[in-house]
Amino acid sequence: MLDIALPIAFTLVSFALALSLLRLIIGPDLPDRILALDTLYINSIALLILLGLYLGSALYFEAALLIAVMGFVGTVALSKYLLRGDIME
Amino acid sequence: MLETILALLIIIGAFFTLVGSIGLYKLPDFYMRLHGPTKATTLGVGAILVASALYFSFKPGEISLHEILVTVFLFITAPVSAHLMAKAAIHIKLKQIERTKNTPYQADNNS
Repeated sequence: MLDIALPIAFTLVSFALALSLLRLIIGPDLPDRILALDTLYINSIALLILLGLYLGSALYFEAALLIAVMGFVGTVALSKYLLRGDIME
Repeated sequence: MLETILALLIIIGAFFTLVGSIGLYKLPDFYMRLHGPTKATTLGVGAILVASALYFSFKPGEISLHEILVTVFLFITAPVSAHLMAKAAIHIKLKQIERTKNTPYQADNNS
């Protein structure tokens, strides 16, 4: 069952990544691009967890956790830059 | 039995991740687009992480709790980043379409 479900899930998440990338490219304003980057890192977390399930290895959670922390910091920094014109005041 | 539950959780998670990105791509204006990827964060990644936790917990001899850490972190940080992005969009007075109601920056301008 799992060997049928995992390729389907890989396909769906890859389509999600492609759509976020399209929004990142066409997004008319800066907040759209920040939101697209946010969605992109969340989709890549899902893809990494799926890869860990597929390979049966627990090594990939650390990478997923790192992506989560760094992506959050990046989103906050970009939003602060838009809000204040500066990241550290 | 366990494999069926795992497959179901994985398919649900991947489906909601795709729905979030379709929302991000198709919706007409930023304030609507902001609400699409929240499904991807909570339901999508949440279901996939629960599936992963179950899978690695039913291996003999180990209980896997890393996934709970990622889930808790995502659930804490998603509202904060959404709030900051909305605040930035209001601050730079982003255009909105006709149907998006309640323009916040015409009422008060002190942000």
